[in-house]
Amino acid sequence: MTKTSNISRRKTLLGLGAGAGALAAGGVLPGSLGFAQAQSSAPIKIGFQKHATGIGAAYGRWYDVATNAAAARINEMGGINGRPVEIITEDDATDPGRGAEVLEKFANQHEVDVAFGTLFSHVVIGSAPRAGELKLPYFVVSEGHHVASGMLNRYTLQPGITDVKSQVISMAPFVADNLGKKVTMIYPDFAFGHDHRDFFSEAIEAQGGEVVAKIAIPPTETTFTRYFPNIPRETEVIYHVMVGPAVLTFVKEMGEFFGPSRPEIFGFIDSLEAVDIQSPGLEFLEGTYFWEGMPRYKQANESEAASAYRAAVGVNDSGAAIDDPSNVATYAHMFGCWETLHVIKAGMEAADYQGPADRAKLIEAVEAMSDMPESIEHPQGDKVFNGKTHQAFGKQFISKVGDGRLDVVHTASIEDGLYEDEVDYTTRSF
Amino acid sequence: MVVFRSAALHSCVLLALVALFFVLPAYHVGAFSRIMVLAIYAIGYNLLFGYTGLLSLGHAMFFAAGMYGFGLSMNFGGLTVLPAFAVGVTAAGLLSVAVGFLALRTIGVAFMIVTLMFAQTFYLVILYFGEYTRGDEGFIIQQAQRSIAGIDLTTETARYFTAFILFAICFLAMARLVQSPFGKRLVAIRENEERARMLGYDVGRLKLAALVVSGLFSGVAGAAYAMLFGYVGASFAAVHYSIFPLLWVLLGGAGTTVGPLIGVIFMFYLIDVSSSFTNAYMLVAGIALVLLTLFAPQGIAGTLRKRAVSWLP
Repeated sequence: MTKTSNISRRKTLLGLGAGAGALAAGGVLPGSLGFAQAQSSAPIKIGFQKHATGIGAAYGRWYDVATNAAAARINEMGGINGRPVEIITEDDATDPGRGAEVLEKFANQHEVDVAFGTLFSHVVIGSAPRAGELKLPYFVVSEGHHVASGMLNRYTLQPGITDVKSQVISMAPFVADNLGKKVTMIYPDFAFGHDHRDFFSEAIEAQGGEVVAKIAIPPTETTFTRYFPNIPRETEVIYHVMVGPAVLTFVKEMGEFFGPSRPEIFGFIDSLEAVDIQSPGLEFLEGTYFWEGMPRYKQANESEAASAYRAAVGVNDSGAAIDDPSNVATYAHMFGCWETLHVIKAGMEAADYQGPADRAKLIEAVEAMSDMPESIEHPQGDKVFNGKTHQAFGKQFISKVGDGRLDVVHTASIEDGLYEDEVDYTTRSF
Repeated sequence: MVVFRSAALHSCVLLALVALFFVLPAYHVGAFSRIMVLAIYAIGYNLLFGYTGLLSLGHAMFFAAGMYGFGLSMNFGGLTVLPAFAVGVTAAGLLSVAVGFLALRTIGVAFMIVTLMFAQTFYLVILYFGEYTRGDEGFIIQQAQRSIAGIDLTTETARYFTAFILFAICFLAMARLVQSPFGKRLVAIRENEERARMLGYDVGRLKLAALVVSGLFSGVAGAAYAMLFGYVGASFAAVHYSIFPLLWVLLGGAGTTVGPLIGVIFMFYLIDVSSSFTNAYMLVAGIALVLLTLFAPQGIAGTLRKRAVSWLP
């Protein structure tokens, strides 16, 4: 009589698997085998420092959309190194103190692989020291010059969006050649406005122009009429970069001051991100010019990659949410999240990233990047990444307001926005 | 007996903070480093509000004076950590003397408004001198700059125990101060200013002294924050950083020595935990505040003292 076994092959495999799992979890198996087993399917955790509340909430909402769309695409493509991407979102309240706390939470509580996504400069600057101390790669989408200035550290990079210095100096040739050489600047009297003042003043002088007046508006100001008489008569171009909720009042009062005869007007779309250009009170902007990081309105020559990106983030041809046309996107900036996540993916794959022990390898892999051609990964256009300064450079767009929409009239090349290196982060230790 | 109990309580609090370093997960160790620094700020505020009865809405200027005094003297004056720390605390002290001379001419609501206005002016001064302060963006104290006698203050252990030492000094000093004749006189002013004056106390001088000591503690906290976390920014001079110590002290228990620490811990974790579930976490904090005001108007430690532990200092 033969004794038959009632243990099936499936049960045996299950038992072996469970046993191996228990041994690996208990640390009985050799470390590398247990680790590799656990790592192979564990998600890559990316901490998204979101401006969910505070002054940056409108940006935060759309950065969130772009981030999740990019993560979904990456996961559909098989993830990173065969592992799914998991976005872990924490609100930083657009506050530098809370921002630093959020990075600590990412590193020590959520145990993320990298942190990413911050826009407002003061939050980046408040958080970056902790990123360096925690040795947590910190990919910002801020457009601030703080990264390339050398102020931060080797763990902080900005590979997905051009910085403000590059944006501003690339505008000067167009302004001088097409709008006028005598410029009056109106800007908020804090660091963001000072960056524009300093970078543009130098750039327009290099084009043979000059800034004839610099009008700084205190950040607490709610009405602007008393500042307009300070605009010199000789002004050919007004360069404005007001931000915040008072911008609608600013535009309305400027329109009332000038009436039908006005100088040329050039501004940064930062003023009107997430604001419908057809809003009542903005009629005065008809015929004026704006910098855009990426065209809000679909252009006739929009690339396939840009159209695919537009569809992926759920934005219609007018730059608003497809399911809610009153919800206007921060379209000139949010592409930075999409592109940065794809840079992280490329960097992790180049570094064969397995876990936090490979963070330095990841940074070195990103530092080694240079050309990033226009593609679905880089729908805004070609980029050049400078590994020494940790900063990307890309094309910039100048659009004109007409018939209640923005249409691109000039595209500044990458070369227009290049400047001398101010730092070499690669010489700094990890 | 009360003195013994008080000493035992304060010792237990400090021992618990040491023990927490060894038992808490890494994230909470970092959080407690920050909590202890902010608790120093709350302790300073408590002297003025909880013990003297003066409600300031401008204490962020003293916190920021310590922070900027520390940061600017390091980055522009080339000072090392300890001298820069002294500059920060001195800056806060001098500012509190100047503000005290002017603001203490007012009382009640006027005092609140005047301190608020001074703080707003200080905030705008920081923005105005953006060339040095980098305005709203702020600036960084580099990691390499933040060490004392070769001890790197940016490691978790050094940061925690530096915060702990500063907190312990301020905590014990304040506990001693409020039990001293000076502290009793401040309580007398809080309870009945006219009566204190009639008893022959120089109320104006005592209130100024309270404001200066409170400002110095706030300056210690501001300088410590810059030293341990490496960032100096105008947001720490904004109005909400004047409101925070008021909330911490109200929640923890005004006029108690342990109340400020309890208030900071409570508020920190209330926001930290609730923000993981909802963006409306300030609504959660607001509801918690309303409930506490309704059911424990004297704060957590104050209510404990009223209902169970009458000897609580």
